[in-house]
Amino acid sequence: MTARDQAHEHGRGGPTRRQLLFGGAVAGIGAVAAIGADTLARGQGGGSASTEAEQALNGDLTVPFYGTHQAGVETPPQAHATLIALNLRPEIGRDDLRRLMQVLSDDASRLSQGVAALADSEPELAHVPARLTVTFGFGPELVRRGAADVSALPSWLRPLPAFGVDRLEEAWNDGDLLIQVAADDAFTVAHAQRMLLKDARSFTTVRWTQTGFRRAHGSEKSGTTMRNLFGQVDGTVNPAPTTEDFDGLVWITDGWLAGGTSMVVRRISMDLDTWDRLDRSGREQSTGRLLSNGAPLTGTQEHDEPDFEATTAIGFPVIAEFSHIRRARSEDTSQRIFRRAYNYDDAPRGDQVSTSGLLFVSFQADVDAQFVPLQRRLDDLDLLNEWTTPIGSAVFAIPPGCTEGGYIGETLLA
Amino acid sequence: MTARLTTPTVALTLAALVVLAGCSSNDDTTSTSPSTSASASSAGDAVSIDDAWVKAADSGMSAAFGEIKNTGTEDVTVVSVTSSASSMVELHETVENETGAMVMRQKDGGFTIPAGGDLVLGPGANHIMLLDLTEPLKAGDEATFTLTFSDDSTVEFTAPTKDYSGANETYEDSEMDMGDE
Repeated sequence: MTARDQAHEHGRGGPTRRQLLFGGAVAGIGAVAAIGADTLARGQGGGSASTEAEQALNGDLTVPFYGTHQAGVETPPQAHATLIALNLRPEIGRDDLRRLMQVLSDDASRLSQGVAALADSEPELAHVPARLTVTFGFGPELVRRGAADVSALPSWLRPLPAFGVDRLEEAWNDGDLLIQVAADDAFTVAHAQRMLLKDARSFTTVRWTQTGFRRAHGSEKSGTTMRNLFGQVDGTVNPAPTTEDFDGLVWITDGWLAGGTSMVVRRISMDLDTWDRLDRSGREQSTGRLLSNGAPLTGTQEHDEPDFEATTAIGFPVIAEFSHIRRARSEDTSQRIFRRAYNYDDAPRGDQVSTSGLLFVSFQADVDAQFVPLQRRLDDLDLLNEWTTPIGSAVFAIPPGCTEGGYIGETLLA
Repeated sequence: MTARLTTPTVALTLAALVVLAGCSSNDDTTSTSPSTSASASSAGDAVSIDDAWVKAADSGMSAAFGEIKNTGTEDVTVVSVTSSASSMVELHETVENETGAMVMRQKDGGFTIPAGGDLVLGPGANHIMLLDLTEPLKAGDEATFTLTFSDDSTVEFTAPTKDYSGANETYEDSEMDMGDE
């Protein structure tokens, strides 16, 4: 955290383009370049070598791999993420799964610290961790094959019930092993993905991969709520990591998943073309929030509590009955989830101009008790359903973290 | 700012790494009895192995890699190596032969690691050659190796197995390919 704070300290000072360029050059090439940069900088009438050399680089920032929980859940969302769902090869059994998770955990522990994995063919590409996290999730088939007894399978670890709004495509559904690779640098994600998949290859085949993005690191103040490609501030009401509220909603407390959680992945197609036909007030009505800053229609600031009782002069609710924020909210405060979504923007085909959407990711202790009732309310009524269509769906158990020398999944497989 | 913010972790190898005290004329590598030589510390005491790994293979040949560090004040020489994974193990170097091809062959006199220095074993370079696997080496399996030094002291280390497409050097003597594909 200290390193990150430091980086932001520099960010607030507003590094110039020149500082950024030379900062990178100094770190990359070393002392010779530093002298050159210094000379050049003085020639341009500003800066000193030491100032340039002290420029903190985002690429050096790391997130611990080992811990009570896996990284990549509480971690402030990185700019880039790729989710990979793998199918286990037919012959893979419990002992194989143990070997697989030992290898993958070792890779992840090294890569996340900016160290090449063992047998890394491109070790130089590992040297920019950029807050890389690798998070592993187990689908029902992996738990069945890996468990010593059947009671290990949580009742919620199965495909979600069918919702009326779903138009699921098999290509985006389910999976036996989920790997979430996230970093502030897409290059780092690509290398980690390649390394992990090479090591998973003799055990698994790729079922699907989904890539998502947020704002680039440093483009916005850290902690700014994400916007989706509809332009909406998306994720305002989200439990804050490391709080008691978050811990109670997200972390499982017993069994082999103690310290773990569950993950719901939904690929939600967003029809930007029909959304374009909607005027600004209609867009705000659909969610119940202002587009400008995400404030509820009854407030002025993003985090103002919405007033669901407020009515217009002619007696209609200010926040409409069909609005997303009204429908998403339950009187039962245990029916909440932690969202950690990404945007996607695929290449359009034919006469399309965009194929965009939301790579929805949520974590919760119990899918059936928290996610499902929430999604049922939205399925029944949510004006946003006019423009959004779930086209992929998957549920995974996220095992707890491990200590050095251990591996992810050991509470199931050991 | 070139320094890394954190230090490397070497979970699998270090956790399992066992540095044995020297045992001068004793083949029992589990012995921890001190060396009877006059030297204060044996080569085995001064050497550690980091980031070791061995290439997965179903049968036949494979190779092990890693970084051998000599933290002592005297040069050490690895003269032989044994492994749980292969009935026959050799120390190999990769050199250019008379036709210009890179081939591997047994290293005469073994590997000498200077005091305070290290020796990197890697694909396409020096390596520990496993000539006859006793059973398939599958990704994630661990293999145990024992290095013996010129002073008869030993050091044991464990290496995880990794799938690896490279390390397909030609073996000088037999012209056999050590790849498993």
